[in-house]
Formats: sequence, C-alpha cells, structure tokens
Amino acid sequence: MKSLLLAVAATALLAGCATAGGQQQSAQSAQAQQPSSPRAADPYPSTYRAYPGVVTAITNATIFDGEGGRIDNGTIVLAEGRILAVGGADTAIPEGATRIDGNGRWVTPGVIDIHSHLGNYPSPGVEAHSDGNEVTGPVRPEVWAEHSIWPQDPGFSRALANGGITTLHVLPGSANLFGGRGVTLRNVSARTYQQMRFPGAPRSLKMACGENPKRVYGNRNQMPGSRMANVALMRQTWQRAVEYRDRVGRDPNTPRDLALETLVEVLNGDVLVQNHCYRADEMAIMLDMAQEFGFRIASFHHAVEAYKIADLLRERGTCASVWADWWGFKMEAYDAVNENAPLIHNAGACAIIHSDDANGIQRLNQEAAKTLADGRRMGIQISDETAWRWLAINPATALGIADQTGSLRVGKRADVVLWNGHPFSVYTRPQQVWIDGALLYDMNNPQLRPVSDFELGQPGEGDTK
Amino acid sequence: MRALTLLKAAAAAGALLVGTAPALAQTIAITNGRVVIGDGSEPIDGGTVVIRNGRVVAAGAGVSVPADAQVVDANGRWVTPGLVSGFSRIGLAEVDAASASNDTGANSSPFSAAIDVAPAVNPQASAIAVNRAAGVTRAVVAPQASSSMFGGQGAVIDLGSDMDPIMRRRAFQYVELGETGGQRAGGSRASAHALLRNALREAGQLRVTIPGGTGRRQPDASAEQPMLEDQPDFRMFEPTRERASDVLLTRFDAAALVPVVRGQQALLVHVERASDILQTLALKREFPNLRIVLVGATEGWRVADDIRAAGVPVIANALNDLPASFEQLAATQSNVGRLRAAGVTVGIGHINDDETRQIRLMPQYAGNLVALNRIPGATGLSWAEAFAAISARPAEAMGLGGEIGSLRPGRRADVVIWDGDPLELSTGVEAVWIDGVQQSLENRQTRLRDRYRTPTEGALPHAYTPRQ
Repeated sequence: MKSLLLAVAATALLAGCATAGGQQQSAQSAQAQQPSSPRAADPYPSTYRAYPGVVTAITNATIFDGEGGRIDNGTIVLAEGRILAVGGADTAIPEGATRIDGNGRWVTPGVIDIHSHLGNYPSPGVEAHSDGNEVTGPVRPEVWAEHSIWPQDPGFSRALANGGITTLHVLPGSANLFGGRGVTLRNVSARTYQQMRFPGAPRSLKMACGENPKRVYGNRNQMPGSRMANVALMRQTWQRAVEYRDRVGRDPNTPRDLALETLVEVLNGDVLVQNHCYRADEMAIMLDMAQEFGFRIASFHHAVEAYKIADLLRERGTCASVWADWWGFKMEAYDAVNENAPLIHNAGACAIIHSDDANGIQRLNQEAAKTLADGRRMGIQISDETAWRWLAINPATALGIADQTGSLRVGKRADVVLWNGHPFSVYTRPQQVWIDGALLYDMNNPQLRPVSDFELGQPGEGDTK
Repeated sequence: MRALTLLKAAAAAGALLVGTAPALAQTIAITNGRVVIGDGSEPIDGGTVVIRNGRVVAAGAGVSVPADAQVVDANGRWVTPGLVSGFSRIGLAEVDAASASNDTGANSSPFSAAIDVAPAVNPQASAIAVNRAAGVTRAVVAPQASSSMFGGQGAVIDLGSDMDPIMRRRAFQYVELGETGGQRAGGSRASAHALLRNALREAGQLRVTIPGGTGRRQPDASAEQPMLEDQPDFRMFEPTRERASDVLLTRFDAAALVPVVRGQQALLVHVERASDILQTLALKREFPNLRIVLVGATEGWRVADDIRAAGVPVIANALNDLPASFEQLAATQSNVGRLRAAGVTVGIGHINDDETRQIRLMPQYAGNLVALNRIPGATGLSWAEAFAAISARPAEAMGLGGEIGSLRPGRRADVVIWDGDPLELSTGVEAVWIDGVQQSLENRQTRLRDRYRTPTEGALPHAYTPRQ
C-alpha cells in the first residue's frame, strides 16, 4: 500500500514539474522581478496575483492608520487592490462603490506577523511536518524556509479569520546560529508557496543567539557548546562571507557558494537580518558584531530583555519583536516583564508584537492590548492608535515592505481589517478582511471562510473555528 | 480616589503580613462593588462581600456590613471570586527547560500511579506570585504522565503567599488515554485500555484499608464531597497481604488506585478525540464507581450529549481551533460553548498549554468565548457563564464547588478586586485575598519592571536600585 502511494506521488510530482516549469518562465519574464541575488535572477519568484475585488467604501468607522494616526467617523475607499482614499466623513466615494457602514466598528491595516512558522511547522504537528530547523549543522544560511512551506497548513486560515493577518514572515527555527532565509507571504490560500510570496519583499536571514544553538550542538559534543562559541562561530562565518564577497568581486567565475551567497546579500543590504535573541547582553554583542562586519539587524526577535537596553536599540535603529507576556519557559526568558513593548516604545525604540505561534497569531491585537494596558498602569501613556504601529508600520518597516503595506496610506496595497468592535477589546473579532482589495474573509458569509485541502472530508470541515 | 488610597493601604498592610499570618480571624466587608458571584449568575451592582475567618459570609445586594468589619470601598469596581484553574502544573517548575527545577514529570521513576505531586509544589515558585497577581487563587495541579500512562496523583492548591499551598492532597489520579496514553502504554490506544483495566483490577483486588474511606460507593456520586481527606498515605505501609505473582503494578502503585476504583478519588482522563471520549465514558460500565473527569476533550462537542448523559464534567482548553494532532481534527473555539449548551459542566484549564506559568491567561480565554456569540455559526458563552468557566465550573468539576470558585456563603474567602471588567484585556487586578488574607501582588516581574523604568543608568548601576 505504501509503495503504491509513493509511486503515484512520484508520477504526480513529475507531471507537476513539467507544467510548473512553463509557468515559471512566463511568470518570470512577465514580472521582471528585481534580482535579489548578486549571482542570478530570483530562481523562485513570486507568482502571487491579487484576487479580484470591487470598489469598496467603509464609512463612519474609527480608523487607526497603522502609523499612529486616528480618524473618527472616517471613510476609506479601496479600489483596484489599492487604497484609493482615506479621510473624514467628507471623503469622496466613487459612483457604484459597495458601501459598508462602519458605525461602531474599527478599521485598521491588515495585521502583520513578523515571526511565524505557519507552513514550516504546520498543523497537525506530526514529525513528518517538522520542517523548520535544519539541525545538521549550526551554520546553514543556504537553506530557505520557503522550501519547507506547506501551503495547506490550516493555520493560515485561522490567522486570517481570527487574527486579521494579511502578511506574515515565515522563518527557519532557532536551532542554528544561521538558520537560513525567511520569506514574507501574503496570507492567501494557494497551491504553491510561490503564489503566496509577497512580490518584491526582501528575504531575511534568520540568526539565533543564546541557549538553542549551544544546546543542540553542545549536546552532540559539537561547536557551539557555549555562548562564546556561538559568537566565535558567527564571526568566523561572517569573515568567510566578507572574503567570499571580495573574491567574487575580483573573479566573477568564483564557484558559487549558496551559503555564503546569502550572507553576501545581507552585507549588500538585500537580505534583512532577523535575529532570535532574548537577553539584553547578547543583543548588545550582536549589535557590535553587526558593526564589525558591516551588516544591519532589522529586528531582534523574542527580545524578552529588550526593555533593559531600549536606549541602545534606539541608538542603533534595531527593532525589538516581542510577546506581550510569555516568560519562564527557559532561562533566557526568565526576566520577562509584561510592559516590555511599552518600555521599548517609551525609550524611543521600535517595538513590534509577534507571535511565533499558530495560536498567538490569531490574537496579536489582543497581545498588543494587554501590554499596552500594563504599560499605562505603570504610567506610560500610549494612545491606542499609536500602539497599532506595533502590528502595522513597525513590522512592515522591519520586513522592508513599508512602501507596500503596513498602513492605510493612499496608493498602498488595500490590506484592511474591519473589526466588529474596538480591536483592543477581547470581545472583538475581524468582521471582514481584505487583501489587496479582495474580500477574503467575511464573518457573516460561510462561503468566505477558507478550508484547506487537509481539512476536506475531516470532522469539523468548514466549521467556524 | 479615596477608595483607591484605601485599597493601596490595604495592599500594603497585606504585604507586611505576608509569610507571617495564617488565615486571620477578622471580618472584612468589601462594599459598593460590581459583585460577581462566579456561579453563572449576573453581576450585581452596588453589592457587598462580607468575609470572616477566611470564609465568605454573604455576597450580593442588601448585605449588611457587620459592625466590627474592616470596610474596603470598591467604589463601583468589579469584585469577584478568585480564579480557579481547572488544569495546571503551577508550582511544579521554576523554569521549564531548567530540568532540575522542573518537577512536572518523572520519566525514569519506578512508580507511576503512586506519585503524589504534593511534596513537589513550591509555594515560592515565581509562577505562583505572578499568577496570583493576576487574580488566580486556586489551581488543579496535575503530574505529567512521563514513564507510564499514569501521571500519578494531583492536588488542588491555593496560590497564597504562605508556605502551605496544598488545599486538597491526592485529589485525583491523572491518566492519559489518547495519543499520549497509547505511546506511554507500549504503542497503541488498545494497549492503554488493557493496561488501565488491568491496573484497576489489580487495585480492586488489593482491598487496602484507607483511612477516612469506607470502601462503599458514595450514595450520590454527583454530590459535592471531599474525595479524600488530607492524611498521611498509610497505604504504602500495608505490609502483609499476599498478591498474585503475575501482577504488573508495584504494590504502591496498585494501592494508589484503590480509591479510584472505589470512587473516592476522581480520575482525570486526558482524551481529545471523540471516539476516545466515548471509550472513556464506557469505562463506567466495567468500573461503575469511577468518578471520571474528562481533560482536554477538544472534540467533545461532537459527543456532547453522551458526556452529559454520563454526568461527566469536562476541563477543556478554551481556544483550541487547530488540528494540532490527529486527535484534534474537529477542534473549534465553539467546543466549550457547545458542551455547555448541551448541559455539560465545563471548566477551563491549561492542558499542555504553558500550564506551569500562564494560567493567568484564563480571563482572556474566557473573554474570547464571549466574543464568539457575535459570529454566526459559532457558539460562545454568556459573560456570566464565561466567568463561571474560570471560577465555579472547574471547582464543581473537581467536586469542590462547596469550597471554592464562588462567593456563595461558606466558600473560602478568595476575593479579587479588578479595575474593570475582569475578562477585558485592559483590566488589572487591584487586590487579592486568599482564605481571607490579603495578598501581596509584587513579584520578580514587577520588581524588574520598576528597576528598568528608565533603562539608562543613573548615578549608580541598576543593581543598586533601592527597594521602593
């Protein structure tokens, strides 16, 4: 039975390859994507296409624009996948637009999760699905998280329907010092990850400090077995990357090294560093390392102790992506405080709320609300609309897509959530979610509730989740 | 403003008493509150809660304030019973991944059912203080099933800042009967059921004399009664009785299951899949005295009528909505609401969900169940039922509804004052009493927060920050 299944699968795979090859060529020439590699055009280009939408106007809503602005009794118009207008009650609405009364409701940009493992640690969490960590060596910048993504992960739909997630960044895990490349996705159901890939979004390099790499490899009696070895091996690797870059510069026929190529793209500024790092002292080391080798860290992730060095983060212009209240699951998460994000923000640094979790991604608005309230209780007054930056323009900036999404600016992608109440209330859920102006979730319409292939024919198929 | 000052003064007084005072023989009246009894009834505005000698005397409208009472004016704020976690491992670990500090499971122990978590519960664990500050006052604490399908015996604890956390020792036996049970029992669910039946039979043959137990079935199994008195475990000393030569369980393990077979100790069974739930309910045909409590039951809504008909309560995760495993394919956030609508007693717990530390998320979870009411096709809970799901219902599921989980007269005086709707994300805790003793809300996290309010050093390093 098993061998028969395998044979069938192999045939299907071959057939799939033949067709995909043709499509890929045409997509490549049509899109003329920016080559993100110094050595070759993007070999896995986005084939994402916006789904069709109708001209839509939401009126009479409270709008948080994602950059800290707020419009009461506001109107927003979506047309041809973009934000056509946003403003007060006097905003012009095109003839024939579908009108939605936003009275008592809130409009925000689609939520962006900068740290997700949907697709590479999908549900169900069986061993065969565990594709997030290449635990065969601590330096693996050649692997790409996107090549692990299973588009049928049911988690994507939950993130859309319950969390209003329109864009997410999927990263390799943190077992390795250099975990590989991360990828930014549109949260649309698709057959292939290429159909989800955010067009033009830079890829990232996942790096990891601290306990995980030294534990995974130290337990095998390999380097790194200590934090000092974490740093040594990182530095040695960056040095190799610098030398490789120089060698390629002198001799374009230098044999390609896919691992070092990723790092050179970081040095060139084309790939953004997303750095798993909990402890304040380790973040400070990483910031020095970035200066030593000439790269920039876009954001620390998990950054449980960011509040201790919020001044340093401000100076170096590195964001801190954090949970509201996770703590204590390991030593480097021991010094968590509920007020981390407000303390970071209050010091003038860039705070981001992230999930790293298939459940948490469904409630990032709630996570922001909790930490915001805790901050206010200690006297840090941040407005609701300012705090929405943590879910919108800040992650968009750290992902290099702020020109495309992350706020409700005219001309940006129409990634919009209409909430059925204040989005910082526990009693609120997304009512409707648009991605590039296409209505892809509607609380009141069971037809607009994605069901992944995995869920078909299973108990609970198509249920409200 | 005046009331706030009063509260703060009270909190300071409580802090001074911490660690020195047992339940005080004093009378406290919390007046002018929006009082939530916690049993599923609607909040009562302008309510008063009177507590004396560590117990609730009265709560609600029109309650008179005793002349000798210390009065705390809640000034319109919410006053509720302390939250009860229906499932946790709080107090069993300081840092989960620091294995020496983690007593949740024992994967190379020679014992299984005999394991009793009580000696491992650390009342000074950081998680106790952190969760107490969020209004959690009681918790079911279960051992993990690590070396066997039996986790051992769990306790019900309070989160008070004294050195005596155990409220009910050996309150239940914990067993895995789903995917984990199959793995622990040799590789299949079928093996798990065989092992369980064998274990219960061996226990039935043991005929141990248990102090405080009669060996007879309780006249009404659904009646709320303490299941086992907190006495030394003499069963392990039973020296002489002959046992068959082919037994699988150690004498100590078998003895531990005697009160389970007799229905004197609850059996918490972790199952998720609908078919596993039905198989668990069917155990009562063979062992009629079992007092089963289902733990998990992510697919419970599919067999809700069977669960209700069996009179079996459920402790569920509130928000499971992913097919995280093949035993949770039908997961939906409507599970709790649908179970409740079918008439099942269902409380919220943290089942394999940061259960050593994050039971403080219960109000958020409960609030999310209220939110479901506005989604067509979903089934949520009313506000009052949602609150009960984190107070009275888990207590009732454990047979302790007469002791904790509500502000009905006679219950232990676990009371929380909140600065807003307790289920709302923006709400914080202003004061907590456990057994009538006001608790400190300070913990490592609040101390770190205060230390790094300003990250840049002043005249001296942060290590010199004076205690405020």
